[in-house]
Amino acid sequence: MSKYLQNELTKLKKKFYELCAIVEEDVRNAVKSVYEGNVNLAQKVIDKDRQIDMMEIEIEEDCLKLLALYQPVAIDLRLIISMLKINSDLERIGDLAVNISERSVKIIGLNRKDDSFDFTDMCEKALRMVKDSIDAMIDFDLKKAEAVIEADDEVDKLHEAVFGKIKTAVKKSPDSFELLSQYLTISRSLERIGDHATNIAEDVVYMINGTIIRHQT
Amino acid sequence: MTTEKINEQKIRLQTKDLTVWYGQTPGVKDISLDIYDKKVTAFIGPSGCGKTTFLRALNRMHDLTRGARVTGKALIDGQDIYDPKLDPVIIRRKIGMVFQKPTPFPTMSIYDNVVAGLKLVGIRDRKLLDEVCERSLKQAALWEEVKDRLKSPGGSLSGGQQQRLSIARALAVEPEVLLMDEPTSSLDPQSTTRIEELIGELKEQVTIIIVTHNMQQASRVSDYTAFFYIGDLIEFDKTTKIFTNPDQKRTEEYITGQFG
Repeated sequence: MSKYLQNELTKLKKKFYELCAIVEEDVRNAVKSVYEGNVNLAQKVIDKDRQIDMMEIEIEEDCLKLLALYQPVAIDLRLIISMLKINSDLERIGDLAVNISERSVKIIGLNRKDDSFDFTDMCEKALRMVKDSIDAMIDFDLKKAEAVIEADDEVDKLHEAVFGKIKTAVKKSPDSFELLSQYLTISRSLERIGDHATNIAEDVVYMINGTIIRHQT
Repeated sequence: MTTEKINEQKIRLQTKDLTVWYGQTPGVKDISLDIYDKKVTAFIGPSGCGKTTFLRALNRMHDLTRGARVTGKALIDGQDIYDPKLDPVIIRRKIGMVFQKPTPFPTMSIYDNVVAGLKLVGIRDRKLLDEVCERSLKQAALWEEVKDRLKSPGGSLSGGQQQRLSIARALAVEPEVLLMDEPTSSLDPQSTTRIEELIGELKEQVTIIIVTHNMQQASRVSDYTAFFYIGDLIEFDKTTKIFTNPDQKRTEEYITGQFG
């Protein structure tokens, strides 16, 4: 790899970490705003989405620049292509944080709450997947990427449990439907975050060994 | 990618409506171009497009070409390069040149090759010459390879080393601008990489203009790119812009290999 490309990739990886950290914080704050009933926190996440969108564009432009200027091949090419795709996943995760925050605002507006719905565990599991997938990308860690893909089942199961609980609750108390539907959307968003982390991990596997493992199950 | 405005950079060299004539025929026509300080600017274009002709006009190399003359303006730090009162030797000290083929004096020692420019203007102070020799060879990333054989002839070095020796010689007179005319076209890939890395290091200290046939090289090493075609400057912009989204159709056709 030429020194020029090496230097540029180092800068790009740093930006990735920054984006990842912002997205992670947003998801955590979005979930926190739900159980704290904190409308300001929810609004903060909504407002920050613009920054994430801008960072996504910046990283995409950087990747295109590296492709155009340095004609990377082999691992360098796979790395940049993976970064381009992972970048979109991170931006989508940011959108899901906004979605959770909007549900949070809605719940606060309803002036109702059901404390039996606690998304902290699900949120942490999904975020651990996101973080591990990015670490796997930076460290070229195949095992970590594979572990992320396996962890998706846990988040899926937590979502299924929430779904089951909501079904029962709606039957028992149909007038709670509006509140419960917000919880369902939150759970679905966290489950989708796990899916995006899985996508990232799959791209990392491609980046490391050149194998496309999507759609194999 | 395009957030930084071009005009925020300091201009080191500037041409205004510069035309180089060979007899009645223009080699390049009405070129107005700003060269930014401590940046690498690449001139690209197909053979015969005028990029080398234009480069040579920037340090009055055409003074030596029979039948050639230059009209328009060429300025370094606002000073007219073609001011008849100015000694071209002074200009060439400010604006050094590295050629396509390495140009060491083959029988002269490595040491004497480096300090040749200083000796030419009468500098004989041994301590000063030693310092300049070491500094220039270090700048040209050649010092470690030759420091124990400075008395060996320049011609004993490999092609890549000879080209770095030529660069060291150009740097010895502390130029403000370094013109490089296809500096790697006669070198092997490894030496080419070494010179390209060197260009990246040198731009911290000098303004560099490189003429290259190799578009990939231009994209790798330069901050700005000027595309020439049949004597005209078709487009000049940041290298990133030129290689991702050029404004001119001709530029796009050239860099995508549709002609040239």
